[in-house]
Amino acid sequence: MSLAQIVFLVVAAVILGSALLVVTTRNLIHAALWLIVTLFGVAVLYALLNAGFLAVVQVVIYIGAIAILFIFAVMLTRADLRDRAPQLNRGWWLNIILALLTFGGLIWLFQSWTGFSKTAADIPAGFDAVAQLGNALISPTGYLLPFEVASVLLLAALVGAVYVAFSRK
Amino acid sequence: MSWWTDPVHTIAAWLTTLLTGWGLPAWLASLIIQFLGVVVLVSLLMLLDIFLVWVERKVVARFQDRLGPNRVGPWGLIQPFADIVKLLIKEDITPAGADRVIYNLAPIISLMSVLLLWAIVPLAPQILGVDLNVGALYIIAAGALGTLAIIMAAWSSNNKYALIGAFRQVAVLVSFEVPMIAVMLIPTVLAGSMGMNAIVQAQNVPFVFLAPLAALIFIIAAIAELGRSPFDMNEAESEIVAGFHIEYTGMKFGLFYAGELLHAFTFGGFWAILFFGGYRFFGLETLGPLVSAAILLAKAMVGYWFIMWVRYTVMRIRIDHMLAFNWKFLTPLAFVLLMVTALVNAWLRNSNVLIYVLAMLAANAVIGLGVLQILRNVSRRDREKVEGPSQPVAAGQ
Repeated sequence: MSLAQIVFLVVAAVILGSALLVVTTRNLIHAALWLIVTLFGVAVLYALLNAGFLAVVQVVIYIGAIAILFIFAVMLTRADLRDRAPQLNRGWWLNIILALLTFGGLIWLFQSWTGFSKTAADIPAGFDAVAQLGNALISPTGYLLPFEVASVLLLAALVGAVYVAFSRK
Repeated sequence: MSWWTDPVHTIAAWLTTLLTGWGLPAWLASLIIQFLGVVVLVSLLMLLDIFLVWVERKVVARFQDRLGPNRVGPWGLIQPFADIVKLLIKEDITPAGADRVIYNLAPIISLMSVLLLWAIVPLAPQILGVDLNVGALYIIAAGALGTLAIIMAAWSSNNKYALIGAFRQVAVLVSFEVPMIAVMLIPTVLAGSMGMNAIVQAQNVPFVFLAPLAALIFIIAAIAELGRSPFDMNEAESEIVAGFHIEYTGMKFGLFYAGELLHAFTFGGFWAILFFGGYRFFGLETLGPLVSAAILLAKAMVGYWFIMWVRYTVMRIRIDHMLAFNWKFLTPLAFVLLMVTALVNAWLRNSNVLIYVLAMLAANAVIGLGVLQILRNVSRRDREKVEGPSQPVAAGQ
């Protein structure tokens, strides 16, 4: 087993364990902090796959913005930070079976794909993923239109948020 | 003389032959060497941090017309060691109702978020942790961990003042991140890369001459990110005692304090890297990587001194003024600057260097003067709302 595989297994165990703790721990702030561990683990996975840009963006957006907003929403809206509601509903065993079936199905599907057991080729020296991504986002033959549509959508969301929050004097 | 032109890799190669000679497999040897590299870098930084305590106290003393520490050792140089002994032997108090694990983890993450930044600092072309091609974003990501540490410290200490401090600090951090990202894209546009080393290499003309306003906005946003005066809402002694670290004692407080000082020094360094040519200084960097590292550290120290100069001169701004300043002034200005710089860069990149620099400077001057004019109009309108229409100066009194 190579070093990368060991690191992958450790990170995957951390992601799964902390994700389980997110839904089982009763203290909501603890749940949010475990969620941060999970998201950070995903960032490490991206980094292991040589996707540095995705890894850093994962930390900036999911930990720096979304998780911190979660914590604030919890702290500002609830006087009691402990969650007393039952943590499982009656369908829990059904969900476990469904999750296992999905996982098994995906494995079965991938078995028939030739790339499944191949080792990925090394990235050639001087390959700049960020530059490629940037060029793809602004090239008319690449993703210019989806990129612009997403930008307009986000702008509309911003304007809408300001309109909703704006109080007329 | 290979140790002079490339000391780190020379030592690493020597260690590799030594370790593999002992019969270790190659991957283990490289792992041990990388680990050693991290340990050496962090230890040197922490040593520097001890020295920074002395620098900070000495400089604040000079700004306030005092002498500063001058009793222990020559010029008070041994004072920080006495401070450390004091911090170490103080009683370690955990407040009642604190969340122990998070409470103890927060100072560690706080210092870690600063040390992480040094992974991408190019001390010399050959001396750098890792040349990430997303360096500028990495700085923001490490800052996000610092924000997290502040929230963890505040919430786990079970103290309302700490929580108020953290709320304020996060409001500041989240908002000033926006202009900071925007102005960090300006060196990226000029250099054509987000990697710190590539940005330094591209600065045949330091970027401060191409984007002086961006350099100014960067240092303002950096001071806000550091939570230093005039943006020290998180600590505001007169209002909330000491903010998020109010309950921390001894060395746990010491970690926050050390992190804050090193953070300021680090942002002085990034200011130098992004806008003042990093380790380059009139060709002196060709003498060798150790000279380059000394140049960068000297420039970082000047940036740190600038941050201290602002801190001990300017008074704290009210939080609503600060957020209005950010959202209504810095953010639009940063985006306009980014767009103009990108346009001028695309248009004149391949022309004569002199024309290029002059065009960039002219664009900055036009934007700067326009902004000042807009500000003047806005404040005149505000004043007229309060005082009625403006009258001739002589008749008004």
